[in-house]
Amino acid sequence: MKVGIVCPYTWNVPGGVQQHIGDLAEALIGFGHQVSVITPADDDARLPSYAVSAGRAVPVPYNGSVARLAFGFLSSARVRRWINDGGFDVLHVHEPAAPSLGLLACWAAAGPIVGTFHASYQKSRVVSVTAPILQSALEKITGRIAVSEAARKTLVEHLGGDAVLIPNGVDTERYAMAEPLPGWPGRAAAGAARPDAGGALGFLGRMDEPRKGLQTLLRAFEILGRERPGLRLLLAGPGDADDVIARVPPELRPRVVVLGMVSEADKIRAYHSVDVFVAPNLGGESFGIVLAEAMSAGAPILASDIEAFDRVLLGGRAGALFPVGDAAALAAAAGALLDDPARRKRLSAEARAAVRAYDWSSVARDVVRVYETVAVDSAVVVESGLGA
Amino acid sequence: MFPDWIIDVLFWVAVAFLAAVYVSWRATRLDRLHVRVETARAALDAALVRRAAAALELAASRLLDPATSLVLATAAHEARTADADNREFAESDLSRALRAVVDQPEFASTLEAKSDGQAVLEELSSASAKVAYARRFYNDAVAAARIARRKLLIRVLPLAGRAPLPGFFEIDDAPPGI
Repeated sequence: MKVGIVCPYTWNVPGGVQQHIGDLAEALIGFGHQVSVITPADDDARLPSYAVSAGRAVPVPYNGSVARLAFGFLSSARVRRWINDGGFDVLHVHEPAAPSLGLLACWAAAGPIVGTFHASYQKSRVVSVTAPILQSALEKITGRIAVSEAARKTLVEHLGGDAVLIPNGVDTERYAMAEPLPGWPGRAAAGAARPDAGGALGFLGRMDEPRKGLQTLLRAFEILGRERPGLRLLLAGPGDADDVIARVPPELRPRVVVLGMVSEADKIRAYHSVDVFVAPNLGGESFGIVLAEAMSAGAPILASDIEAFDRVLLGGRAGALFPVGDAAALAAAAGALLDDPARRKRLSAEARAAVRAYDWSSVARDVVRVYETVAVDSAVVVESGLGA
Repeated sequence: MFPDWIIDVLFWVAVAFLAAVYVSWRATRLDRLHVRVETARAALDAALVRRAAAALELAASRLLDPATSLVLATAAHEARTADADNREFAESDLSRALRAVVDQPEFASTLEAKSDGQAVLEELSSASAKVAYARRFYNDAVAAARIARRKLLIRVLPLAGRAPLPGFFEIDDAPPGI
Protein backbone atom coordinates (compact mmCIF):
# COMPACT_ATOMS: atom_id res chain seq x y z
CA MET A 1 0.00 0.00 0.00
CA LYS A 2 1.27 3.49 -0.85
CA VAL A 3 0.61 5.84 2.02
CA GLY A 4 1.12 9.60 2.04
CA ILE A 5 1.34 11.11 5.54
CA VAL A 6 1.01 14.82 6.21
CA CYS A 7 2.74 16.29 9.26
CA PRO A 8 1.55 19.76 10.29
CA TYR A 9 4.46 20.79 12.52
CA THR A 10 8.17 21.33 11.93
CA TRP A 11 9.90 17.96 11.87
CA ASN A 12 13.02 18.78 13.87
CA VAL A 13 11.19 20.53 16.72
CA PRO A 14 10.39 17.89 19.35
CA GLY A 15 6.69 17.28 19.74
CA GLY A 16 4.15 14.56 20.30
CA VAL A 17 2.62 14.72 16.83
CA GLN A 18 5.97 14.60 15.05
CA GLN A 19 7.12 11.66 17.14
CA HIS A 20 3.82 9.87 16.53
CA ILE A 21 4.24 10.29 12.77
CA GLY A 22 7.87 9.16 12.77
CA ASP A 23 7.06 6.04 14.78
CA LEU A 24 4.01 5.26 12.65
CA ALA A 25 5.96 5.70 9.40
CA GLU A 26 8.70 3.38 10.61
CA ALA A 27 6.22 0.74 11.76
CA LEU A 28 4.40 0.92 8.40
CA ILE A 29 7.65 0.59 6.48
CA GLY A 30 8.44 -2.38 8.69
CA PHE A 31 5.18 -3.99 7.53
CA GLY A 32 6.31 -3.50 3.92
CA HIS A 33 4.22 -0.46 2.98
CA GLN A 34 5.55 2.46 0.96
CA VAL A 35 5.44 5.63 2.99
CA SER A 36 6.10 9.26 2.15
CA VAL A 37 5.81 11.98 4.78
CA ILE A 38 5.51 15.66 3.87
CA THR A 39 6.40 18.03 6.67
CA PRO A 40 7.49 21.59 7.34
CA ALA A 41 11.22 21.65 8.00
CA ASP A 42 14.01 24.19 8.33
CA ASP A 43 16.20 24.52 5.28
CA ASP A 44 19.23 22.82 6.80
CA ALA A 45 17.25 20.13 8.64
CA ARG A 46 18.24 16.51 8.14
CA LEU A 47 15.15 14.48 7.34
CA PRO A 48 14.76 10.70 7.32
CA SER A 49 14.72 9.11 3.88
CA TYR A 50 10.92 8.78 3.82
CA ALA A 51 10.26 12.48 4.54
CA VAL A 52 10.12 15.44 2.14
CA SER A 53 10.14 19.09 3.12
CA ALA A 54 7.29 21.49 2.37
CA GLY A 55 9.37 24.50 3.32
CA ARG A 56 9.75 26.45 6.54
CA ALA A 57 7.05 26.92 9.12
CA VAL A 58 6.56 30.39 10.54
CA PRO A 59 5.72 31.16 14.17
CA VAL A 60 2.28 32.76 14.42
CA PRO A 61 -0.08 33.29 17.33
CA TYR A 62 -2.78 30.65 17.12
CA ASN A 63 -5.32 29.45 19.65
CA GLY A 64 -3.74 31.15 22.62
CA SER A 65 -0.11 30.22 22.01
CA VAL A 66 2.55 30.72 19.36
CA ALA A 67 2.58 27.81 16.96
CA ARG A 68 4.93 27.14 14.08
CA LEU A 69 2.69 26.57 11.10
CA ALA A 70 3.19 26.14 7.37
CA PHE A 71 0.72 27.89 5.11
CA GLY A 72 0.64 30.15 2.08
CA PHE A 73 1.06 29.72 -1.65
CA LEU A 74 4.44 28.01 -1.56
CA SER A 75 3.44 25.32 0.94
CA SER A 76 0.15 24.86 -0.86
CA ALA A 77 1.88 24.33 -4.22
CA ARG A 78 4.35 21.87 -2.74
CA VAL A 79 1.56 19.83 -1.14
CA ARG A 80 -0.29 19.74 -4.47
CA ARG A 81 2.78 18.56 -6.34
CA TRP A 82 3.51 15.93 -3.69
CA ILE A 83 -0.05 14.56 -3.94
CA ASN A 84 0.12 14.60 -7.73
CA ASP A 85 3.45 12.78 -7.90
CA GLY A 86 2.71 10.38 -5.06
CA GLY A 87 -0.12 8.29 -6.49
CA PHE A 88 -1.08 7.32 -2.94
CA ASP A 89 -3.68 4.68 -2.09
CA VAL A 90 -4.42 6.53 1.13
CA LEU A 91 -3.66 10.03 2.33
CA HIS A 92 -3.20 10.22 6.09
CA VAL A 93 -3.55 13.77 7.40
CA HIS A 94 -2.57 14.59 10.97
CA GLU A 95 -4.25 17.39 12.89
CA PRO A 96 -6.32 18.50 9.85
CA ALA A 97 -8.04 21.24 11.87
CA ALA A 98 -4.79 23.16 12.45
CA PRO A 99 -4.11 25.86 9.84
CA SER A 100 -1.05 24.11 8.49
CA LEU A 101 -0.11 21.45 5.95
CA GLY A 102 -2.88 19.08 7.02
CA LEU A 103 -5.62 21.52 6.10
CA LEU A 104 -3.86 22.38 2.83
CA ALA A 105 -3.65 18.69 1.97
CA CYS A 106 -7.38 18.20 2.59
CA TRP A 107 -8.09 21.08 0.22
CA ALA A 108 -5.77 19.80 -2.43
CA ALA A 109 -6.80 16.14 -2.45
CA ALA A 110 -9.75 13.93 -3.28
CA GLY A 111 -10.03 10.21 -2.63
CA PRO A 112 -9.51 8.04 0.44
CA ILE A 113 -8.36 10.40 3.21
CA VAL A 114 -7.76 9.38 6.82
CA GLY A 115 -7.48 12.12 9.44
CA THR A 116 -5.93 11.75 12.90
CA PHE A 117 -6.93 14.23 15.61
CA HIS A 118 -4.40 14.69 18.39
CA ALA A 119 -5.33 17.87 20.22
CA SER A 120 -7.82 18.14 23.01
CA TYR A 121 -8.92 21.32 24.69
CA GLN A 122 -11.68 22.34 27.05
CA LYS A 123 -13.05 25.18 25.01
CA SER A 124 -11.79 27.22 22.16
CA ARG A 125 -13.38 30.34 20.82
CA VAL A 126 -11.18 30.14 17.75
CA VAL A 127 -12.47 26.76 16.72
CA SER A 128 -16.13 27.71 17.05
CA VAL A 129 -15.53 30.75 14.86
CA THR A 130 -13.50 28.86 12.27
CA ALA A 131 -15.64 25.71 12.17
CA PRO A 132 -17.56 26.80 9.03
CA ILE A 133 -14.26 27.51 7.21
CA LEU A 134 -12.87 24.13 8.21
CA GLN A 135 -16.06 22.30 7.40
CA SER A 136 -15.65 21.91 3.66
CA ALA A 137 -12.08 20.64 4.04
CA LEU A 138 -12.87 18.30 6.92
CA GLU A 139 -15.88 16.88 5.09
CA LYS A 140 -13.49 15.25 2.64
CA ILE A 141 -11.99 13.02 5.31
CA THR A 142 -13.41 9.53 4.91
CA GLY A 143 -12.08 7.99 8.10
CA ARG A 144 -11.30 9.82 11.32
CA ILE A 145 -9.06 8.60 14.12
CA ALA A 146 -8.75 10.15 17.58
CA VAL A 147 -5.67 9.33 19.65
CA SER A 148 -7.48 9.63 22.97
CA GLU A 149 -10.97 9.81 24.40
CA ALA A 150 -10.34 13.50 25.17
CA ALA A 151 -9.33 14.19 21.56
CA ARG A 152 -12.44 12.41 20.36
CA LYS A 153 -14.62 14.46 22.68
CA THR A 154 -13.02 17.66 21.41
CA LEU A 155 -13.77 16.60 17.85
CA VAL A 156 -17.39 15.74 18.60
CA GLU A 157 -18.05 18.94 20.53
CA HIS A 158 -16.20 21.51 18.44
CA LEU A 159 -16.20 20.24 14.90
CA GLY A 160 -18.99 17.68 14.76
CA GLY A 161 -18.59 14.15 13.50
CA ASP A 162 -17.21 11.07 15.13
CA ALA A 163 -13.95 9.14 15.12
CA VAL A 164 -12.58 5.73 16.00
CA LEU A 165 -10.19 5.56 18.92
CA ILE A 166 -6.67 4.32 18.27
CA PRO A 167 -4.38 5.35 21.12
CA ASN A 168 -0.83 6.58 20.77
CA GLY A 169 1.78 3.90 20.47
CA VAL A 170 5.02 3.50 22.36
CA ASP A 171 8.12 2.02 20.82
CA THR A 172 8.55 -0.26 23.81
CA GLU A 173 11.83 -1.69 22.48
CA ARG A 174 13.48 1.71 22.54
CA TYR A 175 12.87 2.08 26.29
CA ALA A 176 13.57 -1.48 27.32
CA MET A 177 17.31 -1.23 27.95
CA ALA A 178 19.52 1.65 29.03
CA GLU A 179 22.36 2.48 31.40
CA PRO A 180 21.33 4.52 34.45
CA LEU A 181 22.50 8.15 34.51
CA PRO A 182 25.97 8.72 35.99
CA GLY A 183 25.81 8.90 39.76
CA TRP A 184 22.61 6.88 40.00
CA PRO A 185 22.84 3.21 40.95
CA GLY A 186 19.84 2.08 38.91
CA ARG A 187 17.61 -0.86 39.55
CA ALA A 188 20.12 -3.56 38.70
CA ALA A 189 21.71 -2.91 42.08
CA ALA A 190 18.41 -2.41 43.80
CA GLY A 191 18.22 -5.82 45.40
CA ALA A 192 21.68 -5.62 46.90
CA ALA A 193 22.41 -3.70 50.05
CA ARG A 194 23.73 -0.33 48.97
CA PRO A 195 25.74 2.09 51.05
CA ASP A 196 23.28 4.93 50.48
CA ALA A 197 20.39 2.43 50.71
CA GLY A 198 17.86 5.22 50.41
CA GLY A 199 16.58 4.56 46.94
CA ALA A 200 15.43 7.08 44.38
CA LEU A 201 12.09 8.43 43.26
CA GLY A 202 11.62 9.78 39.75
CA PHE A 203 9.29 12.24 38.03
CA LEU A 204 9.06 13.31 34.40
CA GLY A 205 6.82 16.02 33.02
CA ARG A 206 6.30 19.76 32.84
CA MET A 207 7.35 21.08 36.22
CA ASP A 208 5.45 24.37 35.85
CA GLU A 209 2.14 22.72 34.92
CA PRO A 210 0.07 22.21 38.07
CA ARG A 211 -1.96 19.35 36.54
CA LYS A 212 1.18 17.21 36.35
CA GLY A 213 1.03 17.12 40.13
CA LEU A 214 4.67 17.83 40.98
CA GLN A 215 3.46 19.78 44.03
CA THR A 216 1.97 16.60 45.53
CA LEU A 217 5.22 14.74 44.99
CA LEU A 218 7.31 17.51 46.57
CA ARG A 219 5.10 17.51 49.66
CA ALA A 220 5.37 13.74 49.90
CA PHE A 221 9.15 14.02 49.56
CA GLU A 222 9.20 16.42 52.52
CA ILE A 223 7.67 13.64 54.64
CA LEU A 224 9.65 10.77 53.16
CA GLY A 225 12.97 12.62 52.89
CA ARG A 226 13.00 13.28 56.64
CA GLU A 227 12.23 9.63 57.42
CA ARG A 228 14.81 8.28 54.98
CA PRO A 229 18.13 10.10 55.02
CA GLY A 230 19.40 8.45 51.82
CA LEU A 231 16.35 8.95 49.62
CA ARG A 232 16.86 11.06 46.49
CA LEU A 233 14.46 12.63 44.02
CA LEU A 234 15.16 12.90 40.28
CA LEU A 235 13.07 15.42 38.34
CA ALA A 236 13.11 15.86 34.57
CA GLY A 237 11.03 17.97 32.24
CA PRO A 238 10.60 21.54 31.05
CA GLY A 239 10.25 24.21 33.71
CA ASP A 240 12.30 26.51 35.93
CA ALA A 241 14.67 24.46 38.12
CA ASP A 242 15.30 27.25 40.68
CA ASP A 243 11.58 27.66 41.11
CA VAL A 244 11.21 23.96 41.94
CA ILE A 245 14.18 23.89 44.32
CA ALA A 246 12.74 26.91 46.14
CA ARG A 247 9.70 24.84 47.03
CA VAL A 248 11.81 22.18 48.80
CA PRO A 249 12.88 22.74 52.46
CA PRO A 250 16.58 23.78 52.54
CA GLU A 251 17.85 20.68 54.36
CA LEU A 252 16.42 18.38 51.66
CA ARG A 253 17.64 20.41 48.68
CA PRO A 254 20.95 18.53 48.17
CA ARG A 255 18.93 15.37 47.58
CA VAL A 256 16.72 16.80 44.85
CA VAL A 257 18.25 16.66 41.37
CA VAL A 258 16.54 18.71 38.69
CA LEU A 259 17.61 17.76 35.18
CA GLY A 260 15.27 20.14 33.36
CA MET A 261 14.73 19.44 29.67
CA VAL A 262 16.49 16.20 28.77
CA SER A 263 17.41 14.55 25.49
CA GLU A 264 15.53 11.46 24.38
CA ALA A 265 18.48 9.26 25.36
CA ASP A 266 18.82 10.81 28.81
CA LYS A 267 15.09 10.50 29.34
CA ILE A 268 15.31 6.75 28.80
CA ARG A 269 18.31 6.56 31.13
CA ALA A 270 16.35 8.51 33.74
CA TYR A 271 13.61 5.86 33.68
CA HIS A 272 16.28 3.28 34.41
CA SER A 273 17.88 5.33 37.21
CA VAL A 274 15.07 5.34 39.72
CA ASP A 275 13.59 2.72 42.04
CA VAL A 276 10.06 4.05 41.86
CA PHE A 277 8.65 6.20 39.08
CA VAL A 278 5.94 8.51 40.35
CA ALA A 279 3.12 9.89 38.16
CA PRO A 280 1.22 12.22 40.53
CA ASN A 281 -0.97 13.81 37.81
CA LEU A 282 -4.10 15.52 39.07
CA GLY A 283 -6.17 14.85 35.96
CA GLY A 284 -6.62 16.07 32.42
CA GLU A 285 -4.50 13.17 31.25
CA SER A 286 -6.08 11.09 28.52
CA PHE A 287 -3.54 8.34 28.28
CA GLY A 288 -0.21 9.33 29.75
CA ILE A 289 2.51 8.64 27.24
CA VAL A 290 5.04 9.18 30.04
CA LEU A 291 3.48 6.34 32.00
CA ALA A 292 3.67 4.01 29.01
CA GLU A 293 7.33 4.92 28.49
CA ALA A 294 8.14 4.22 32.13
CA MET A 295 6.31 0.89 31.86
CA SER A 296 8.33 -0.01 28.77
CA ALA A 297 11.49 0.72 30.74
CA GLY A 298 10.24 -1.64 33.43
CA ALA A 299 10.22 1.03 36.13
CA PRO A 300 8.05 0.15 39.14
CA ILE A 301 5.28 2.73 38.99
CA LEU A 302 3.33 4.61 41.61
CA ALA A 303 0.56 6.68 40.02
CA SER A 304 -2.44 8.72 41.09
CA ASP A 305 -5.68 6.77 40.68
CA ILE A 306 -7.15 8.97 37.94
CA GLU A 307 -9.27 7.05 35.47
CA ALA A 308 -6.75 6.97 32.63
CA PHE A 309 -3.94 5.64 34.83
CA ASP A 310 -6.19 3.10 36.51
CA ARG A 311 -7.01 1.70 33.08
CA VAL A 312 -3.43 1.63 31.76
CA LEU A 313 -2.16 0.06 34.99
CA LEU A 314 -4.91 -2.60 34.94
CA GLY A 315 -6.47 -1.38 38.18
CA GLY A 316 -3.21 -1.53 40.12
CA ARG A 317 -1.78 -4.79 38.85
CA ALA A 318 0.88 -3.22 36.62
CA GLY A 319 1.67 -0.37 39.01
CA ALA A 320 0.66 0.85 42.45
CA LEU A 321 -2.03 3.52 42.76
CA PHE A 322 -2.62 6.21 45.40
CA PRO A 323 -5.58 8.61 45.92
CA VAL A 324 -5.11 11.57 43.60
CA GLY A 325 -3.59 14.68 45.21
CA ASP A 326 -2.98 12.97 48.58
CA ALA A 327 0.66 13.64 49.51
CA ALA A 328 0.54 11.59 52.73
CA ALA A 329 -0.85 8.56 50.89
CA LEU A 330 1.79 9.00 48.19
CA ALA A 331 4.54 9.08 50.85
CA ALA A 332 3.18 5.96 52.56
CA ALA A 333 2.80 4.02 49.32
CA ALA A 334 6.24 5.03 48.06
CA GLY A 335 7.77 4.01 51.39
CA ALA A 336 6.09 0.61 51.24
CA LEU A 337 7.36 0.08 47.70
CA LEU A 338 10.92 1.12 48.59
CA ASP A 339 10.94 -1.45 51.40
CA ASP A 340 9.65 -4.29 49.23
CA PRO A 341 12.06 -5.21 46.41
CA ALA A 342 10.07 -8.34 45.55
CA ARG A 343 6.91 -6.34 44.92
CA ARG A 344 8.86 -3.81 42.84
CA LYS A 345 10.21 -6.62 40.71
CA ARG A 346 6.74 -8.05 40.22
CA LEU A 347 5.27 -4.66 39.29
CA SER A 348 8.10 -4.10 36.84
CA ALA A 349 7.43 -7.42 35.06
CA GLU A 350 3.65 -6.81 34.98
CA ALA A 351 4.19 -3.32 33.59
CA ARG A 352 6.39 -4.58 30.76
CA ALA A 353 3.73 -7.15 29.86
CA ALA A 354 0.80 -4.71 30.09
CA VAL A 355 2.44 -2.06 27.92
CA ARG A 356 2.64 -4.44 24.97
CA ALA A 357 -0.97 -3.51 24.17
CA TYR A 358 0.30 0.02 23.46
CA ASP A 359 3.26 -1.05 21.37
CA TRP A 360 3.60 0.61 18.00
CA SER A 361 3.26 -2.67 16.17
CA SER A 362 -0.29 -3.22 17.47
CA VAL A 363 -1.20 0.44 16.99
CA ALA A 364 0.14 0.44 13.42
CA ARG A 365 -1.80 -2.75 12.72
CA ASP A 366 -5.04 -0.99 13.69
CA VAL A 367 -4.13 2.03 11.56
CA VAL A 368 -3.54 -0.25 8.57
CA ARG A 369 -7.00 -1.73 9.15
CA VAL A 370 -8.43 1.77 8.92
CA TYR A 371 -6.51 2.32 5.66
CA GLU A 372 -7.90 -0.92 4.25
CA THR A 373 -11.41 0.05 5.31
CA VAL A 374 -11.40 3.40 3.50
CA ALA A 375 -9.33 2.41 0.47
CA VAL A 376 -12.03 0.61 -1.48
CA ASP A 377 -11.50 -0.67 -5.01
CA SER A 378 -8.55 0.83 -6.77
CA ALA A 379 -9.32 4.47 -6.02
CA VAL A 380 -6.19 6.55 -5.48
CA VAL A 381 -5.75 9.98 -4.01
CA VAL A 382 -5.85 12.63 -6.72
CA GLU A 383 -5.49 16.38 -6.84
CA SER A 384 -8.84 18.11 -6.68
CA GLY A 385 -10.01 21.45 -8.04
CA LEU A 386 -9.79 24.42 -5.70
CA GLY A 387 -12.29 24.05 -2.91
CA ALA A 388 -14.35 21.49 -4.78
CA MET B 1 -21.10 58.51 -18.15
CA PHE B 2 -23.49 55.56 -18.15
CA PRO B 3 -27.14 56.22 -17.55
CA ASP B 4 -28.31 55.18 -14.07
CA TRP B 5 -30.37 52.26 -15.23
CA ILE B 6 -27.30 50.54 -16.74
CA ILE B 7 -25.55 50.70 -13.39
CA ASP B 8 -28.67 49.19 -11.81
CA VAL B 9 -28.81 46.39 -14.37
CA LEU B 10 -25.10 45.64 -13.98
CA PHE B 11 -25.51 45.54 -10.22
CA TRP B 12 -28.35 43.02 -10.37
CA VAL B 13 -26.52 40.91 -12.96
CA ALA B 14 -23.56 40.76 -10.60
CA VAL B 15 -25.81 39.80 -7.67
CA ALA B 16 -27.48 37.05 -9.73
CA PHE B 17 -24.07 35.75 -10.84
CA LEU B 18 -22.71 35.60 -7.30
CA ALA B 19 -25.88 33.87 -6.09
CA ALA B 20 -25.54 31.30 -8.87
CA VAL B 21 -21.91 30.65 -7.97
CA TYR B 22 -22.85 30.22 -4.32
CA VAL B 23 -25.74 27.85 -5.07
CA SER B 24 -23.55 25.83 -7.40
CA TRP B 25 -20.87 25.58 -4.74
CA ARG B 26 -23.42 24.38 -2.20
CA ALA B 27 -24.72 21.82 -4.68
CA THR B 28 -21.20 20.53 -5.34
CA ARG B 29 -20.58 20.22 -1.64
CA LEU B 30 -23.82 18.32 -1.09
CA ASP B 31 -23.01 16.05 -3.99
CA ARG B 32 -19.61 15.32 -2.48
CA LEU B 33 -21.27 14.41 0.83
CA HIS B 34 -23.62 12.02 -0.97
CA VAL B 35 -20.70 10.39 -2.76
CA ARG B 36 -18.94 10.02 0.56
CA VAL B 37 -22.00 8.29 2.04
CA GLU B 38 -22.16 5.89 -0.89
CA THR B 39 -18.45 5.08 -0.72
CA ALA B 40 -18.67 4.54 3.03
CA ARG B 41 -21.71 2.31 2.54
CA ALA B 42 -19.83 0.20 0.00
CA ALA B 43 -16.94 -0.11 2.44
CA LEU B 44 -19.32 -1.09 5.25
CA ASP B 45 -21.04 -3.75 3.10
CA ALA B 46 -17.65 -5.13 2.08
CA ALA B 47 -16.54 -5.28 5.72
CA LEU B 48 -19.74 -7.07 6.79
CA VAL B 49 -19.44 -9.62 3.98
CA ARG B 50 -15.84 -10.22 4.89
CA ARG B 51 -16.64 -10.74 8.56
CA ALA B 52 -19.39 -13.25 7.74
CA ALA B 53 -16.95 -15.04 5.43
CA ALA B 54 -14.33 -15.17 8.18
CA ALA B 55 -16.91 -16.58 10.61
CA LEU B 56 -17.97 -19.21 8.08
CA GLU B 57 -14.36 -20.10 7.40
CA LEU B 58 -13.76 -20.62 11.10
CA ALA B 59 -16.96 -22.70 11.37
CA ALA B 60 -15.89 -24.88 8.44
CA SER B 61 -12.25 -25.19 9.50
CA ARG B 62 -12.60 -28.35 11.63
CA LEU B 63 -10.75 -26.47 14.34
CA LEU B 64 -13.90 -26.23 16.46
CA ASP B 65 -16.29 -28.66 18.04
CA PRO B 66 -19.47 -29.24 15.95
CA ALA B 67 -21.80 -27.31 18.30
CA THR B 68 -19.66 -24.16 18.17
CA SER B 69 -19.35 -24.52 14.41
CA LEU B 70 -23.13 -24.71 14.11
CA VAL B 71 -23.67 -21.58 16.22
CA LEU B 72 -21.21 -19.61 14.12
CA ALA B 73 -22.36 -20.92 10.75
CA THR B 74 -26.03 -20.21 11.54
CA ALA B 75 -25.33 -16.66 12.70
CA ALA B 76 -23.12 -15.93 9.68
CA HIS B 77 -25.70 -17.36 7.29
CA GLU B 78 -28.51 -15.32 8.88
CA ALA B 79 -26.43 -12.16 8.58
CA ARG B 80 -25.71 -12.85 4.90
CA THR B 81 -29.30 -13.59 3.90
CA ALA B 82 -31.24 -11.09 6.03
CA ASP B 83 -33.40 -8.58 4.15
CA ALA B 84 -33.00 -4.84 4.59
CA ASP B 85 -35.37 -4.68 7.59
CA ASN B 86 -33.65 -7.42 9.55
CA ARG B 87 -30.08 -6.73 8.50
CA GLU B 88 -29.11 -4.75 11.57
CA PHE B 89 -30.52 -7.38 13.96
CA ALA B 90 -28.83 -10.25 12.12
CA GLU B 91 -25.45 -8.49 12.09
CA SER B 92 -25.76 -7.71 15.81
CA ASP B 93 -26.55 -11.37 16.42
CA LEU B 94 -23.40 -12.36 14.54
CA SER B 95 -21.35 -10.00 16.74
CA ARG B 96 -22.84 -11.61 19.86
CA ALA B 97 -22.30 -15.13 18.54
CA LEU B 98 -18.67 -14.34 17.74
CA ARG B 99 -18.09 -12.94 21.21
CA ALA B 100 -19.80 -15.92 22.85
CA VAL B 101 -17.59 -18.31 20.88
CA VAL B 102 -14.28 -16.48 21.17
CA ASP B 103 -14.69 -15.53 24.83
CA GLN B 104 -14.88 -19.18 25.88
CA PRO B 105 -12.07 -19.95 28.32
CA GLU B 106 -8.83 -20.96 26.60
CA PHE B 107 -10.39 -20.45 23.15
CA ALA B 108 -7.66 -18.35 21.56
CA SER B 109 -4.78 -20.32 23.03
CA THR B 110 -6.34 -23.66 21.96
CA LEU B 111 -6.81 -22.43 18.42
CA GLU B 112 -3.38 -20.88 18.16
CA ALA B 113 -1.85 -24.23 19.04
CA LYS B 114 -3.38 -25.83 15.94
CA SER B 115 -2.06 -25.34 12.44
CA ASP B 116 -3.92 -22.61 10.52
CA GLY B 117 -5.54 -21.55 13.80
CA GLN B 118 -3.43 -18.43 14.08
CA ALA B 119 -4.26 -17.28 10.55
CA VAL B 120 -8.01 -17.85 10.94
CA LEU B 121 -8.07 -15.97 14.23
CA GLU B 122 -6.07 -13.08 12.77
CA GLU B 123 -8.49 -12.84 9.84
CA LEU B 124 -11.48 -12.86 12.17
CA SER B 125 -10.00 -10.23 14.47
CA SER B 126 -9.12 -7.99 11.52
CA ALA B 127 -12.56 -8.43 9.90
CA SER B 128 -14.37 -7.62 13.17
CA ALA B 129 -12.27 -4.50 13.76
CA LYS B 130 -12.93 -3.29 10.23
CA VAL B 131 -16.71 -3.65 10.67
CA ALA B 132 -16.50 -1.34 13.68
CA TYR B 133 -14.33 1.19 11.79
CA ALA B 134 -16.43 1.09 8.62
CA ARG B 135 -19.66 1.56 10.54
CA ARG B 136 -18.26 4.55 12.46
CA PHE B 137 -17.09 6.15 9.21
CA TYR B 138 -20.42 5.46 7.51
CA ASN B 139 -22.50 6.94 10.32
CA ASP B 140 -20.15 9.94 10.40
CA ALA B 141 -20.74 10.52 6.68
CA VAL B 142 -24.51 10.05 7.11
CA ALA B 143 -24.59 12.60 9.95
CA ALA B 144 -22.73 15.18 7.82
CA ALA B 145 -25.05 14.61 4.85
CA ARG B 146 -28.19 14.82 6.98
CA ILE B 147 -27.07 18.07 8.58
CA ALA B 148 -26.39 19.52 5.12
CA ARG B 149 -29.80 18.37 3.89
CA ARG B 150 -31.53 20.19 6.73
CA LYS B 151 -30.16 23.59 5.65
CA LEU B 152 -32.80 26.03 4.39
CA LEU B 153 -31.26 26.56 0.96
CA ILE B 154 -31.14 22.83 0.28
CA ARG B 155 -34.76 22.37 1.33
CA VAL B 156 -36.03 25.31 -0.74
CA LEU B 157 -34.08 24.54 -3.91
CA PRO B 158 -34.10 20.91 -5.10
CA LEU B 159 -30.31 20.68 -4.82
CA ALA B 160 -30.36 17.16 -3.41
CA GLY B 161 -32.02 15.87 -6.56
CA ARG B 162 -33.65 12.52 -6.04
CA ALA B 163 -30.96 11.18 -3.69
CA PRO B 164 -32.70 9.46 -0.76
CA LEU B 165 -32.01 10.75 2.76
CA PRO B 166 -29.36 8.32 4.04
CA GLY B 167 -30.11 6.39 7.23
CA PHE B 168 -27.77 5.43 10.07
CA PHE B 169 -26.64 1.83 10.45
CA GLU B 170 -27.03 0.84 14.09
CA ILE B 171 -25.67 -2.50 15.26
CA ASP B 172 -23.81 -3.98 18.17
CA ASP B 173 -20.33 -4.28 16.65
CA ALA B 174 -18.17 -4.76 19.74
CA PRO B 175 -15.40 -7.07 18.50
CA PRO B 176 -14.57 -10.38 20.18
CA GLY B 177 -11.58 -10.23 22.50
CA ILE B 178 -8.98 -11.98 20.40
